[in-house]
Amino acid sequence: MSNKKLNMKDKYRLLTRDLEWEFSYRDRKEIFPQEDFEGIKITDWSKWEDPFRLTMDSYWKYQAEKEKKLYAIFDAFSQNNGQQNVTDARYVNAIKLFLTGVSPLEYQAYSGFAHVGRQFGGVGARVACQMQSLDELRHVQTQIHAMSHYNKHFDGFQDFAHMHDRVWYLSVPKSFFDDARSAGPFEFMVAIGFSFEYVLTNLLFVPFMSGAAYNGDMATVTFGFSAQSDEARHMTLGLEIIKFLLEQHEDNVPIVQRWINKWLWRGYRVLTLVAMMMDYMLPNKVMSWQESFEVYFEEAASSLFKDLARYGIEMPPYAADAIAEKEHLSHQAWSIFYNYGHAAAFHTWMPTAQEMDWLSEKYPNTFDKYYRPRFEKWREMEEAGERYYNPTLPMLCQTCQIPMGFTDMENPTMTSYRQSVYDGERYNFCSNGCKDIFDHEPEKYVQSWMPVHQIFQGNCGGPEMEDVLGDYYRINLGVDNLDFKGSPDEARWNGWHNLQSAEDKLKKAS
Amino acid sequence: MAVAAITENYVGERLDRVENFHGNQVLYVGWDHHLMFCAPVAFAVPPDAPFSKVLEELIPGAFSLHPEFGEIDWNQVEWHLNAESFTPDTNATLAEQGIDHKSILRFATPGLDGLKGSGS
Ligand SMILES: [Fe+2]
Ligand SMILES: [Fe+2]
Ligand SMILES: [Zn+2]
Repeated sequence: MSNKKLNMKDKYRLLTRDLEWEFSYRDRKEIFPQEDFEGIKITDWSKWEDPFRLTMDSYWKYQAEKEKKLYAIFDAFSQNNGQQNVTDARYVNAIKLFLTGVSPLEYQAYSGFAHVGRQFGGVGARVACQMQSLDELRHVQTQIHAMSHYNKHFDGFQDFAHMHDRVWYLSVPKSFFDDARSAGPFEFMVAIGFSFEYVLTNLLFVPFMSGAAYNGDMATVTFGFSAQSDEARHMTLGLEIIKFLLEQHEDNVPIVQRWINKWLWRGYRVLTLVAMMMDYMLPNKVMSWQESFEVYFEEAASSLFKDLARYGIEMPPYAADAIAEKEHLSHQAWSIFYNYGHAAAFHTWMPTAQEMDWLSEKYPNTFDKYYRPRFEKWREMEEAGERYYNPTLPMLCQTCQIPMGFTDMENPTMTSYRQSVYDGERYNFCSNGCKDIFDHEPEKYVQSWMPVHQIFQGNCGGPEMEDVLGDYYRINLGVDNLDFKGSPDEARWNGWHNLQSAEDKLKKAS
Repeated sequence: MAVAAITENYVGERLDRVENFHGNQVLYVGWDHHLMFCAPVAFAVPPDAPFSKVLEELIPGAFSLHPEFGEIDWNQVEWHLNAESFTPDTNATLAEQGIDHKSILRFATPGLDGLKGSGS
C-alpha cells in the first residue's frame, strides 16, 4: 500500500459509497426489512445523489472548530452576566418555550435520523442520514449549554426534558415527532427531512434566532450561527429525498403527495407556538407572524411547488386554510396560553398599550375587531386584582393536541369543530387537516396520549390540579407559572436594574 | 384505512375508551361566540348524571366569569349536540338523551354577542 495522500474525490468515494458491500449469504430483505412496507418503490439506489460531499474526518474537523468558537462565546456571555443585557425579562420566556418545546425535538431528530440511517438500502442515503443524526445530537447539546446559563438566573428551565414528556402544550411538538418517528423510514424523511427541515425551518428557527438577535440574547444567536451550515445541509438532504422518491417510480407520487399534505399541516400546527412567540413574547419584535408567514411560506412554498409540478406534485389543499388563518393564529394562541397561564412553565402577560397598538397596526383587519376587547377586559380584571385564568380544562384536538382555540375562517368567532366516529367512538378535531389525517390512519391516532384525558383517567397524579401541575409536571407553583407580573423572575430582573415593579411604585406613591 | 405498518392488520390501543374513565365519560361544552374562554371545555361526568348537573353546576363553574353570563335567558338558549340541533331534558340523564362519551354540547345565546360585541 502506498503512502500517497488521497485526492478529495477518492477519499470521498472510499469513505462513503465504498462503505457498501454485496450481501452474499443473506437476503437484502432481511437486512433492510423496513424498505417496502410503506408502498414506496425504489428501483435503483445508485441514482441517489449525495446532497453533501462530506466525509466523516472533515466533518469532525469542521464541527470541532465551530464548537470551539461557540463555547468561547458562551463563556464570555456568562462571565459578563449576559442575562442582564437582554431587552427585558419577559423575553426569556421565549427561550423557555424553545428549550422545553424545541430542543427535545433535536434529540428526537437525532434518534430518528440514526434509525433511518440504518434502514435505507442505499449507502449514500444512509451516510447522509447518519451525519444529520450527529448534527442533531450536537444541536440538542449546544442548545442545552446555551440555555444553562439562563437556568442559573431565571425560573422554568430546570426540568425541560421531564416536562417535554408530560406537560399539556409540550405534547404538541412531542406527539408531532413521535408520529414521524413511528412512521416508516420514507415517511419520516418526507415528514422531517423535507416538510420540516426544507419547507418550514425558516418559520421556526429564523424567528427564534432573529428574536434572540433583536433582544440581546447573544448565547442563542451564537448557537443559531453555529447551526446554520448544518441546517443548509439538512435542507439539501430534504430536497434530495423528495426528488429521488419522485424520480424512482411514478407509483410513489400519490404516496409522497399525501405525506406532504399531512406533514405540512402537522408542522404548521406546531408553528402555532412560534406565531405567538413572535407577536407576543418578544419585547423587540422582528416582524409579525403574518409577515413572516407571507415571506417564508406563501412566497417560498409557491415557488417550490411550481418546481415540483413537473413530478405531478401539487400544493397541499390545506395551504389555503393556513393562509386564511394568518391574521388570527398568534392571537388565538396567546389567548390559550393566557387562559391557562397557571398551567404553563413560563410566564404569560397582557401586552402593554404600546404593544397592543403595534398589533392593531400589523393586523388591521382582525386585532381591534376580534381580539382587543378580550385583551382589554383581561387587563381590566388584572388591574382589579383578579387576573383571569380559565378554571376548566380545555378540549383538545385528537391529532395536533392543541386546545380547540382555532375558529372557522368564514365565521371567525365560531370555534372550528370537526368530528369523526370510528369503531363506535367519537374523535374530535380542530380542522379539516387534522380530521383527514386521523381518518386516513385511525388505528394510529386512537393511541394519542391526550393530556386532558390522561388527567381525567388519573394517570397524571392528583386528585387536585395542583398535584398534577406540581408533582407530575414538576412546575414550581407560584414560581415558574402564572403571570409575569409579580413573578420572582420579574423581581430579580428589577433588582439587577434597580427598577421598581409597578405595584411597588403605587404603594410608595400612596 | 389501515395503517402502513410492519405488522399486518395493525391495531392500536384505544387510549380513551370510556372504561378508562372510572365511571365517567368525557363531555365537551362550548359557549358559541364567547372566546374569552379560548376553547370549549372538557368535563369528566357520569353518564347517569341528570342534565341539570350540566346546567346548574358545570356550566356556571366554567363560564360564570364572563360579564354576560348573568344575562343569559336560559329559555332562549339554542343547543347543539354533536352539531345537531338539540333540546335538553333537564331531568333526564345524559345517557338517556344521547349525550355519549366525547360528545360536544354547544350553547348559543342570541343577543349576547360577547365583550363589546366582539364574539369574545
Ligand atoms: Fe437541528
Ligand atoms: Fe436540522
Ligand atoms: Zn388539530
